[in-house]
Amino acid sequence: MTFEQLLLMRHELLLIIVAVIILIIELSTDNKNKQIILPAVIFLFSIVTAVGFLPIETGVIFGGAYNTSDMIILMKNSLNIGVLIVLIQSAGWLKHSFGNFDNAGGYFFIIVASLIGMDYMISAGDFLMFYIGLELATIPIAALAASEKMKRRSSEAGIKLLLSAAMSSGILLFGISILYGTNGSLNFSSLSADDLNSNLQILAFIFIFTGVAFKISLVPFHLWTADVYEGAPINISSYLSSISKASAVFILLILLFTVFKSILPVWNSVLYIVAVLTMTIGNLFAIRQQNLKRFLAFSSIAQAGFIPLGIIGGTQFGITSVIYFLLIYIFSNLGAFGVVSAISNATGKEKMDDYDGLYQTNPRLSLVMMISLFSLAGIPPVAGFFGKFFLFTAAAVQGYYVLVFIAVMNATISLYYYLLVVKAMFINKNDSPIETIVNDNYTKAGLVICVLGILLIGFSGAIFEFIESVSKGI
Amino acid sequence: MDLIFLILIPVLTVFAIILTDSKAQARIAAVAGTGIQLMLSIYLVILYLMERSSGNIEQMLFSNKYVWFTSLNIYFSTGVDGISVSLILLTGIITFTGVLASWDVDYLYKEFFISLIVLATGVFGFFISLDLFTMFLFYELAVIPMYLLIGIWGSGKKEYSAMKLTLMLMGASAILLVGLLGIYSYSSPTGLTPLTFNIIEIAQIDIPIEAQRYFFPMIFIGFGVLGALFPFHTWSPDGHASAPTAVSMLHAGVLMKMGGYGCLRVAMYLLPEAANEMAWIFIILTSISIVYGAFGAIVQKDLKYINAYSSVSHCGLVLFAVLMSNEIAMNGAVLQMISHGLMTALFFALIGMIYGRTHTRDIRNMSGLMKMMPFLAVCYMIAGFASLGLPGLSGFVAEMTIFVGAFQNADLFHRGVTVLACSSIVITAVYILRVVAKILLGPADKSMPAGMTDAVWNEKAVTVILIIAIAGMGLAPLWLSDMILNSLEPVVQKLTLLK
Repeated sequence: MTFEQLLLMRHELLLIIVAVIILIIELSTDNKNKQIILPAVIFLFSIVTAVGFLPIETGVIFGGAYNTSDMIILMKNSLNIGVLIVLIQSAGWLKHSFGNFDNAGGYFFIIVASLIGMDYMISAGDFLMFYIGLELATIPIAALAASEKMKRRSSEAGIKLLLSAAMSSGILLFGISILYGTNGSLNFSSLSADDLNSNLQILAFIFIFTGVAFKISLVPFHLWTADVYEGAPINISSYLSSISKASAVFILLILLFTVFKSILPVWNSVLYIVAVLTMTIGNLFAIRQQNLKRFLAFSSIAQAGFIPLGIIGGTQFGITSVIYFLLIYIFSNLGAFGVVSAISNATGKEKMDDYDGLYQTNPRLSLVMMISLFSLAGIPPVAGFFGKFFLFTAAAVQGYYVLVFIAVMNATISLYYYLLVVKAMFINKNDSPIETIVNDNYTKAGLVICVLGILLIGFSGAIFEFIESVSKGI
Repeated sequence: MDLIFLILIPVLTVFAIILTDSKAQARIAAVAGTGIQLMLSIYLVILYLMERSSGNIEQMLFSNKYVWFTSLNIYFSTGVDGISVSLILLTGIITFTGVLASWDVDYLYKEFFISLIVLATGVFGFFISLDLFTMFLFYELAVIPMYLLIGIWGSGKKEYSAMKLTLMLMGASAILLVGLLGIYSYSSPTGLTPLTFNIIEIAQIDIPIEAQRYFFPMIFIGFGVLGALFPFHTWSPDGHASAPTAVSMLHAGVLMKMGGYGCLRVAMYLLPEAANEMAWIFIILTSISIVYGAFGAIVQKDLKYINAYSSVSHCGLVLFAVLMSNEIAMNGAVLQMISHGLMTALFFALIGMIYGRTHTRDIRNMSGLMKMMPFLAVCYMIAGFASLGLPGLSGFVAEMTIFVGAFQNADLFHRGVTVLACSSIVITAVYILRVVAKILLGPADKSMPAGMTDAVWNEKAVTVILIIAIAGMGLAPLWLSDMILNSLEPVVQKLTLLK
C-alpha cells in the first residue's frame, strides 16, 4: 500500500488527527483556559470540512473493504457540514451545562469519533467494515446522551439509546451472518454479483434493513426516538436526528443499490409499506406533542418517511433527490433545533405554550424558526419545497401515484403541526413571553448558516446538478 | 418587456419595506411599489394590444425561459396571452387598492405589508408562469402568507379560520400536485424527448385517456377548491369574514381567480378528453355552488359573510362557464373573473370602511348610512348593482356572456343547468337589494356610534379606482373580450376537436 492509497481515506485521517488534537488540548490546558477548546475545535473542523471539498482521486483499498467515489465524498461532505453546524451550536449548551467547558473535550472527541465511524460506514466495501463503522457511530453517542449527569432523563435516554442500538445491531448481525452463510462472502461487490433470491437471503435483507431502519427511526422501529430525543441534551438530539439519520440513509442507499439490487421488487414493497407507516404515524403523533423536543422528534420520524419515495423504483434521479432532500433536511432540522436549543439554554423552556408571543420579544429567533419549519413542511420559496417536490416527482415518474398521494396528504397534515408552532410564536398572545435573549456569536453563526443553507440550496439549480452528476457513482 | 419584472418589483418592494423604519415610510414604500406594479401591468396591456394589432399571432407573447434544474428539464418559463394579461391587470389594480385600503394598519405594519406583497408576488408569478412547476410554486407561495395575514391581523375567530383556510388550500394543492406530476410523467409519449412541465409543449402531445381520467379530477378539484367549488368552499366564508380588509380584497379579488385560471389553463387545456367526458360531474357541482352560494347569502347577517357567500356563487359561475367548453362561455368565464374580482374587492373595501366607523358588521344593527356617509353608501350601491348585473357595469357583461355561451350547448342537460344557474341572478338581486335597503336607506339606527364621518382621501381613492374599472369594463367591454377571445382559441380548439 502506498501513501497515495492511504490518502484516499482523507476524511477519516483528518478527523483522527482532529480527535487526537482535541485530546491534547484537553489535557494540556488548565482549568482557567478550558474555553479555548471551542474556537480551536471549530477552527480545525472548518479546515477539515473545507479540505473535504478539494478534488481527490477515488478508488478501492484494503482488498475492497474500503472504497470511495464522488458520491461517497459528497455524502461525507454533507455530514461534515452538518457536524460543523452542530459543533457551533453546541457552544451555548457547553457553557450552560458543562460548567464553563469542563470536560468539553470529551464531548468534541466523542462527536468526532462518531463521525469517523459514519465515514467508515459509508465507505465500507464489505459488511465487516460496515458493522465496525456503524458501532463506532452509535455507541459513543449513547455516552453523550447520558452526559447531563444531574438529570435523570438524560441517563434514561443514554440507556435507551444503548439498548435499542444493541438490539438493532444484534438483528443486523444476524442478517449479515445469514448472508454470509448463503453466499460465503461479506464483500459488497461479490454479493452484488450474486442473485439473492432464496427466501433465506430475503430474510437476511429484512434483518439488515431492520438494523438500519432503527437508525433512521422508520416505523415500526421508531419507538426509542421520542424518549431519547427528549431526554438527551438538545445538541445530541439534533445530532441524532440530522447527522446520524442522514448517514444511515446514505448507507441504506448504498446497500440497496449494490448488495440488494437483485431483489429490487422485494425492497420496493418493503419500502412502500414502511414509508406509508412512517409518514402517517410520525405525523399523527407529532400533532399531539407539547414538548418541542418530542415534537421535533416525531417530525423527524415523519420526514424520514418521505425518503423512501426517492429510493423506490431505484432510479438515479431518485438517488439524487434523496441526497438533495437530506442536505436540505440537515439544514432545516438543525435550524429548528438551533432555535429550540438557544431558548432552552437561556431559559430552560421547551414547551409549546412557552413560545406564545415569542415574535414580540425575539423576532429574529422566531423568523429563523419559521423559515426552518416552513422548510420542513415544504413551503416555497424555501428549500424544503424543492426537496419534497423532487422526491415526489421521482416516485410519480415511476408510477407510484398512490404513494405520492399518501405522501402529499401527509405533507398537509405535517403543515398543520408546523403551523401550530408558527401560530404560537406569531399569533398567540402572552402576558409574560420569553424575555429577549441575547445570543452569543456562536449561536448566531450557527443559525445564520442554517438559514443561508435553507434559502440558497433551493434556488440554486447548480447544487442539484452537482449532486446529479456525482450520484451516477452507484 | 421582460415579464420577470412583475416578480422583481414586488420582491424589491419587500426589501424596501424591510429597510424602512417608520410607519409612514413603510406605507410609502408599499404604495410606491404596488403603484409601479400597477403602471407596469397597464403598460403590459398596452404593449400586448400593440403586439397583437401589429399581427403577432404567437400563442404566448413576451415569452422567456430561465434555466433552473436542467437535468429535470425545469425552466422558469414565462409568457402571457390575453387571459393572463387581463388577470395581471386585475391583480395590479387590486394590490394597489388593497395597500391603500390598509393605510391604518398599526399592529406590526411592516410585517403586514410584507406578507401582503409576498402574496401578490405569488399571484403575479402564477399568472406569468408557463411551467407547471413554477405555477405550483407560486400557487403555494400565495397561499401561505394568508395564514399569517388572517391569523395575526384578522378579527373574530381568526385562528380557526386561518388554519382552516390554509389546510384546505394546501390539501387541495397536494391533490393538485399529484395531478401535475401525473401530467409530467406522461409528457413524453415517445420517450425520445425529456419529460417536461412546460404547458405549451404538453399541449402538443396527447396524454392517454386512461391517465387523463385520473388526473383531470385531481387537477380540477385542486384548482377548484381555490375557486370555491362545492363542497370544498367552506374555507371561503370563514376566511373572508376573519381576514382584514385588504386581505379579503386580494383573496376574493385575485386569489380565487387563480382557481378558475388553473382549471382553464391546465385542466381543460391539457386534459381535454377527460374534460369532455367528466365535465358533467363538475357542472352539477358548480351549479350547486352558484345556487347554494346565493341562497347562503340571503340568510347571512354579517356583511362579510353575505359577500363571501356571494363570492362562492359568482366564482361557481366562473368554473361553470369554463366547463361549458365553448368559446363564448369561456370568454364569459374570464370576464366574470375580472368583473367579480373588481366588484368584490370594492365590496370588501367598503365593508372594511363601514366597519371601521360603525364597529359592527351585523346588518340588523345598521340603517340609514346614506345620510351619514353618502359617499360610501353610494359606492356600496354601485358595487351592489354591479353584482346583480345591472347593464353598464361589469357584472352584466360577464354574466350575459356566460349564459349566452352556456345556452348554446344544445342538449337538455346543459340547457337545464343553465336555466338553473340563471336563477341565481334573481336570488342575487334579493340579497343585494335587501342589504342596500336595510343598511343604507331608512332612518339612522340609534345604536350606532355618533359622529361618523364620510370617506377620507385614501378610501376615496380606493373606491374611485375600482368603480372606474367596473364602469369602464361595463361600458367598453369589447377590447377586453376580444383580447380574451383570441387567446381562448387554442383551448377551445382542443376541446371541440374531440367532440
